Amino acid sequence: MNSWTTALAGGLLIGVAATILLAFNGRVAGVSGIVNGVLLPRRGDVAWRVLFLVGLVAGGGMYLALVPGAYAPRAGFSVPALVAAGLLVGFGTRMGNGCTSGHGVCGLGRFSLRSLAAVLTFMATAIATTFVIRHVWNWA
Amino acid sequence: MTHFLWAALVAGVLFGVGLAMSGMTDPQRVLGFLDIFGDFDPALLFVLGGAVAVTGIAFRFVLRRLAPVFADSFQISHLRSVDRQLLGGAALFGIGWGIAGYCPGPALAGLGVLSREALWFVPAMVAGALIHRALVRV
Repeated sequence: MNSWTTALAGGLLIGVAATILLAFNGRVAGVSGIVNGVLLPRRGDVAWRVLFLVGLVAGGGMYLALVPGAYAPRAGFSVPALVAAGLLVGFGTRMGNGCTSGHGVCGLGRFSLRSLAAVLTFMATAIATTFVIRHVWNWA
Repeated sequence: MTHFLWAALVAGVLFGVGLAMSGMTDPQRVLGFLDIFGDFDPALLFVLGGAVAVTGIAFRFVLRRLAPVFADSFQISHLRSVDRQLLGGAALFGIGWGIAGYCPGPALAGLGVLSREALWFVPAMVAGALIHRALVRV
């Protein structure tokens, strides 16, 4: 399979997973929100989050470990840049109440204008950041 | 284990496999997708496209029901306003995504293969969320 087919198949699977979580459990498959509910626990609302995340790490990890060519580690990427990026992603997704899955996959799936505004905003700043790093600073 | 918890586990596994299969867990491909003014790789458009094609149709039918199968109610956000919090947070998230090429799900999936980058990124991401909470409380 080429990269377009695996991208589409992976996307469909993500959509099916989000549908299962909503149809059976009534919860939104937004990864940053699910993590946040573990960091800020409410009684009776933690176990399902932990299991979803365990499944995500195990399922993703198994695929990357078992499918040839799926895992292509990047060499020499700056650790301070990884930490800065992680801080921004963690802070930003809490401030904006969602990430690519919550606002993207689920929010767009129920035609939320709020989510559409979030998706357009983070796509725009991500594209601008990549542009500055690659073509203005010529770094990475 | 209850049906509710099993459903969460199954959804998580499928979500993780989908992310890894899609290519979103490869930050070099993500940055290639974001680099629309350079060596643009549009294939990852099919990830969000495929996912939203499913949720856009399926969620209509799901949300027509009175309640989910294993729970009393749908817990979905009823926020409507497009405000500074939403746009500012999304903007900061996008900057972080554009720096390293990781959004939260793929970074977590990387933990499954003990990716060196995920082992730096994920704790920083958790710290970022905790810093936000600390600032909001003050």
